[in-house]
Amino acid sequence: MEDKSDKRYITLRQMRSGQSGIVFEILGGHGLARRLSAMGIRPGKRITKVGSMFMRGPVTIQVDRAQFAIGYGMANRILVEVD
Amino acid sequence: MKILLMGNPNVGKSVFFSRITGVKVIASNYPGTTVEFTKGSMRLGEEKVEVTDVPGTYTLEPTSKAEEVASLMLQDGDLVINVVDATNLERNLYLTLELLERQIPVIVALNIWDDTKHLGITIDAAKLEELLGVPVVPTVAVTGEGIKELVSRIPEATSPPLTARTRDERWAAVGSIINEVQTITHHHHTWLERLQDASVHPVIGLLIAALVLAGSFSIIRLIGEGLINHAADPFFENLWEPVMMKLSTALGSEGFWHDMLIGKLFDGEIDFSQSMGVLTTGLYIPLGAVLPYILAFYLILSLLEDIGYLPRLAVLLDNLMHRMGLHGYSIIPTMLGLGCCVPAIMATRILESRRERFIAATLISIAIPCAASQAMIIGLVGERGTQYVAMVYGTLFVVWVVLGLILNRTVRGFSPELLIEMPPYRLPSWRALPTKLWMRVYGFLKEALPIILGAIFVISILYTAGVFDAIANFTAPVVSGIFGLPKEAVVAIVVGFLRKDVAIGLLAPLSLTAGQLVIGCVVLTMFFPCIAAFVVLARELGYKGLLAAIGVMIIATIAVGGLLNVAL
Ligand SMILES: Nc1nc2c(ncn2[C@@H]2O[C@H](COP(=O)(O)OP(=O)(O)OP(=O)(O)O)[C@@H](O)[C@H]2O)c(=O)[nH]1
Repeated sequence: MEDKSDKRYITLRQMRSGQSGIVFEILGGHGLARRLSAMGIRPGKRITKVGSMFMRGPVTIQVDRAQFAIGYGMANRILVEVD
Repeated sequence: MKILLMGNPNVGKSVFFSRITGVKVIASNYPGTTVEFTKGSMRLGEEKVEVTDVPGTYTLEPTSKAEEVASLMLQDGDLVINVVDATNLERNLYLTLELLERQIPVIVALNIWDDTKHLGITIDAAKLEELLGVPVVPTVAVTGEGIKELVSRIPEATSPPLTARTRDERWAAVGSIINEVQTITHHHHTWLERLQDASVHPVIGLLIAALVLAGSFSIIRLIGEGLINHAADPFFENLWEPVMMKLSTALGSEGFWHDMLIGKLFDGEIDFSQSMGVLTTGLYIPLGAVLPYILAFYLILSLLEDIGYLPRLAVLLDNLMHRMGLHGYSIIPTMLGLGCCVPAIMATRILESRRERFIAATLISIAIPCAASQAMIIGLVGERGTQYVAMVYGTLFVVWVVLGLILNRTVRGFSPELLIEMPPYRLPSWRALPTKLWMRVYGFLKEALPIILGAIFVISILYTAGVFDAIANFTAPVVSGIFGLPKEAVVAIVVGFLRKDVAIGLLAPLSLTAGQLVIGCVVLTMFFPCIAAFVVLARELGYKGLLAAIGVMIIATIAVGGLLNVAL
């Protein structure tokens, strides 16, 4: 058996394209958390990774009916509890 | 009374604004179209009220410049029409609750109502009205559905008593409202949604981008050239020329007024691109040579905007742009710059930091040729072969990238990361498109025509007075020594301060080699913005920023012109 308790939380950047999960926490600084939350990306919200550009490019996600592009560094700070 | 139109970005506020005030504004399918607030007025019963289209915001807590503006404007409004995107109700209601907490009368327009059906979203508007305690009216701004009802219910707007809440409490309140009013059923992905996802795929997306850009360029050229060959040229040659020849004879074929109005005759005939009379070249450049390309360019740009493609391009190019000290979203002002520098530099306000705005505006004013210049470049250089046109574009592209890399290293500060909402792909509205196209074409005619006519007039006078000879001798070391152009080319450079299209046209009579023509076009594009661009640049960057930009511009132009002269 895999150790699930460790693997369930990964950053948005580490997620695979097409993978879904629930936002768990926005790491580091309130500024980003506030901006994301106003856009509807906040802890408890279900998100799906649509894809990402190579070489540290932005990550595209789907939240409800909206899509967002999020810079690589920010994507690294969004912790997701994946399914 | 002052009414404010407020809502999240890209929910249709601008379309809504045009509907209720009759003031035409540009609406596009990407967040941040409205960077400056627009005011208009409407009749409400007997009263004439002021309506303001406020830049889109997600929240009243100022997390960005646009939100600061919105939050401030709220203080002197009397009533808010809160435009809400019905397909993203949860997120939009957050702002609605914030507005209600501010205790300002609110009425909610549940916009984009038409899209809810095929997305499998059902919203109980009556219930929502009951829960919020303010009027809620479903609307479709693009067709006008529901707008009348909304306007008739404006007097009912109220502000139910509500105390300020914390962020979490507010989201909880939104959650419980959503549970009661909204049901979502599964819907199958439409082809537009699939295309949407493919457009940001690292490989397929880049292929699509290459196709879109190459396609756009070919179509613009096809339409532009088509209009010139089949409409503009026949008009000027068959209809206008006979009239002008009569006038020429009436004026006695020479003399001051003849030179001003008709210009020089070549073997007794008018040459519309070289005669330099106000009524000949002065009309031919804007209407015959440039207008066809303006039409073609803005048709394609408007299509790309309305479909919602530009933000996807921003994602694909984000990597490259970061190396240039910008993020992907700067591609939007840059694309606007291929039309005209003025709206492009204003659009740099969608970028967050001063540093980014400086870099983006400087790059646009140096390396991005406007549609008017491009029309002249394609016309003039295209005669010598497509490879030379490619050389001009290639050089400018390299300048854009290299200058960006250098500015990124040298300008202090840092550039923030990309964080944007990507609008869904929408089929363009065939009713709105012509209006938008007309607004832009009219804008060109209104701004450019007087300056072009004036420029031609001034050029004729200065020629007659012999002023240009003096300047030419004085600047010969740079113009001939470094750029390898005949010293008379300085006239074009000077005129470039007024209008680039006229300036490029002035290269025609100099019998340049193809290589010199390439250098001339590159130098004219890069060197100094035209007067209109200069004014906005000063306004947006402040005089220090302007001086810095001009410094960069002069050094870059001399370096690139010199290098080209060595290479060609
Ligand atoms: N299907 C549909 N599309 C709409 C409706 N209203 C607006 N749109 C489209 O939504 C897009 C955004 O419209 P805008 O009016 O520019 O939005 P905005 O809220 O002013 O956006 P910002 O200026 O960026 O804040 C445009 O492409 C419109 O054609 C509607 O009721 N239904």
